[in-house]
Order: sequence, then structure tokens, then C-alpha cells
Amino acid sequence: MSEHHHHDDEHVREHDRPLSGPALRVKALESLLVEKGLVDPKTLDELIDTFETKVGSRNGARVVARAWVDPAYKQRLLADGRAAIAEFGFFGYGEDMVVIENTPKVRNLVVCTLCSCYPWSVLGLPPVWYKSAPYRARAVIDPRGVLEELGGEIPDDVEVRVWDSTAELRYLVLPERPAGTEGWSEEQLAEIVTRNAMIGVAQVTVPVGGRR
Amino acid sequence: MNGVHDMGGMHGMGPVEIEKNEPVFHAEWEGRVFALRLASAFHGKWNANMNRYAVEQMPPAEYLAATYYERVLFALENLLVEQGLVTAKELETGRAEGKASVAGILRVAGVETLLRNRIRARVDNNVPPKFKAGDRVVARNIHPAGHTRLPRYARGRRGVIDRDYGVFVFPDTNAMSRDKKPQHLYGVRFAASELWGPGVSARDSVYVNLWDDHLDPA
Repeated sequence: MSEHHHHDDEHVREHDRPLSGPALRVKALESLLVEKGLVDPKTLDELIDTFETKVGSRNGARVVARAWVDPAYKQRLLADGRAAIAEFGFFGYGEDMVVIENTPKVRNLVVCTLCSCYPWSVLGLPPVWYKSAPYRARAVIDPRGVLEELGGEIPDDVEVRVWDSTAELRYLVLPERPAGTEGWSEEQLAEIVTRNAMIGVAQVTVPVGGRR
Repeated sequence: MNGVHDMGGMHGMGPVEIEKNEPVFHAEWEGRVFALRLASAFHGKWNANMNRYAVEQMPPAEYLAATYYERVLFALENLLVEQGLVTAKELETGRAEGKASVAGILRVAGVETLLRNRIRARVDNNVPPKFKAGDRVVARNIHPAGHTRLPRYARGRRGVIDRDYGVFVFPDTNAMSRDKKPQHLYGVRFAASELWGPGVSARDSVYVNLWDDHLDPA
């Protein structure tokens, strides 16, 4: 590219220059930061691999399943979420956690209206809808409407509690254990606990065909 | 700041659409920028609160049109320049004009420790609480131009302290001047009807985490 600064050329460069899309901007940024000695590309690979393979909602599912089969564990979990979850030794886990329990009369729903705070180490990175304007806007003013759209109506006599994650405290919903799972092992139970149930937008159900 | 990021209670944003079998990243660059942000933050030139404030600086029309990772990219580029890790010219040209002077760099072996400590904001300072569980409070009617974790929908509203979570860094000052200003963090329960008026269930409530500096006795 020539160095002269003719106005029309500048204009063309604005549109043609390769850094216009985010993919290209990120590529250029990575090269720059590597060249400056600020980041190590191997570390970037490791961070991505960590969230694609090591950390995800199966961690949270194991916590829930244990709470369902072990009343003493459930008590520890509700009293001090951080310490009780630390018992599992999940990779990189260190979040201050609050575990909130659903009951037949109380449904809990977690949101972050100001950004997208989410319990990474037990649920992985948040899905797009959790970070989206519709969810962030509506969860606090119309939780029943959101829940109805996503997973069924909430009876009038059930209380809905919405938890807005405005601090460095992360919430995990302890869903109700579904009927028909009596005698299931902790591992079998963990299989049916979904991410959405631990955010609070769904309940845990027994898949068609029964035990996994 | 009274920004468009403060979305709680807004109308017209459309339905919540859940994607089935959603991948962790929808494009390779999303993973790269996610990782770049964490690896860059390792240098300690900014804290998590400054990072959130940097996202809030995105012009509102752009913020609404952008995806999450486009906002991450915007904030990261700005923080890198603002905090002197790269120059505006280097960012523009993509060419380094010399090595950065930093004490160390995040290596693979340091990833787990980084994640473990990433968002710890609880501190040991011995600060007395202003409130206790059961106390009636009112969230201050404040409109700071800078960063705040007090959402607009709660300002001026009356609630009850649900619990005292202990002493935490105060994000509002930590974002603006790196002043940690440790103080108690509470879960505050607001009745849905106090926030949204008639037409919502009298049973329902919203719990917001707020600090001493957000609250007055009611």
C-alpha cells in the first residue's frame, strides 16, 4: 500500500483493509501480541481446549447428582457452595458460589442483567441466549413469561426468585430431583441434569425410555 | 453509567431463543479473542471491573448490534492501548514497534491458577457491616457516570437484607481508580411488586447483590 494520503485512497482503504471483520481483527491482534511478547500462542490453545473439553456443565451435573443422593453433602453445599464444590477438585475451580434450591413451592432463576456473569467452572462458558438482550432484559421483569416460553407455566402458588449476578458470587440452581429416579446411581443422575436446569430455566426430567 | 448494558426490565428485545446443541464457540476467532483477553489480563494492567467498564464504553447502537465476542474484542483493544501494552499505531498497523516490557507471560502451566483466582473479590479486611439479615434498606438513587453494579431498576427501591456475604472489593471504585474500598456485600431481596408495580405476582422477588455504599437504612 502506498504511503500517500489522498482522501479517496483513504476512503478505499477504510473499506478494503483486511481488518474489517472480527475474524481478521482478532488474527491481527494475536500476531501483534505474540510479536510483542505479551501472549504465548500455546497458552491460547490451552485456554480454548480447557473450555471446549475440560470445563463444562457436566461438572455442575455431578454436584447436583451428589446433592440428590447424599443429604450431608447437600447440607454442606447449601451452607458453603464454594467449599462443597471444591471437594470435586474441578480444573481451575475457585469461584465464590451460592447454591439455591428449587422446591415444589420455589423456582429460582439466574441472570446477569449488567453483563454476563456465569459460573464458568461448574457450567462452562455461558450460551448465547444467556448473554443476549432478550434474556437479560426480561428475566427480572417477566420471569414467569420467560419460564413459560422455555419450559412450561409456573403455577400461581409457586414463588419465583430471580437472582441477578451483580457481584463476584456465582449462582448454581439445585433443581428438584425428578420422580421415577429412585434407586438411580449418582452417575446415572448426573447424566440427566442439564445446564438449563442449573440456570433455572428448565426442570430436570427423566428422558423418554427411562433410565439412561 | 446509565448505559444500554443495564438492560434489566427493558421491553422490545424479543423472545429468548435457545440454540440446541450449541458449540462453546461459534467461530474460531471467538475462542481466540476469549483466550487473548485472559492471557492479556494476566499482566495485571487492569482488573475485572475495569474490563466490564471497557465493555460498557461501546457506543450504545454498536453494543446492541454486537455479539458478545465482538464486545470482548472492542474492550480488549481499548484496554491494551489505554493501559500502554500496545500503542494505537501498533494496533492500527498490526506491526510491533518493539517488545513490551512485562514481568512475565501466561504459560500453559499457569492456566489453572489463573482460572482459580480469576474472579476472587472476597478480601480479609476487617470492616464492620452496616446491615444484618432482616434489615430494611433502600437502594440509593444514584446515577454515577462511571461504572456501577447497582442496576437502574433497583435504584430508590426498598428491599430487605437476605444475607451478608462478607467483605468484598467494591467494583464501582475499583473500576474507576483501582480503589478496592473493601466493604460488606449483601444479597438484597426486592419484592417484584416494589420493582415493577402492580401486575406482577405478589409472591415473586429479585435478589440483587449490593454493597454498603449502595444502601441506606429504610
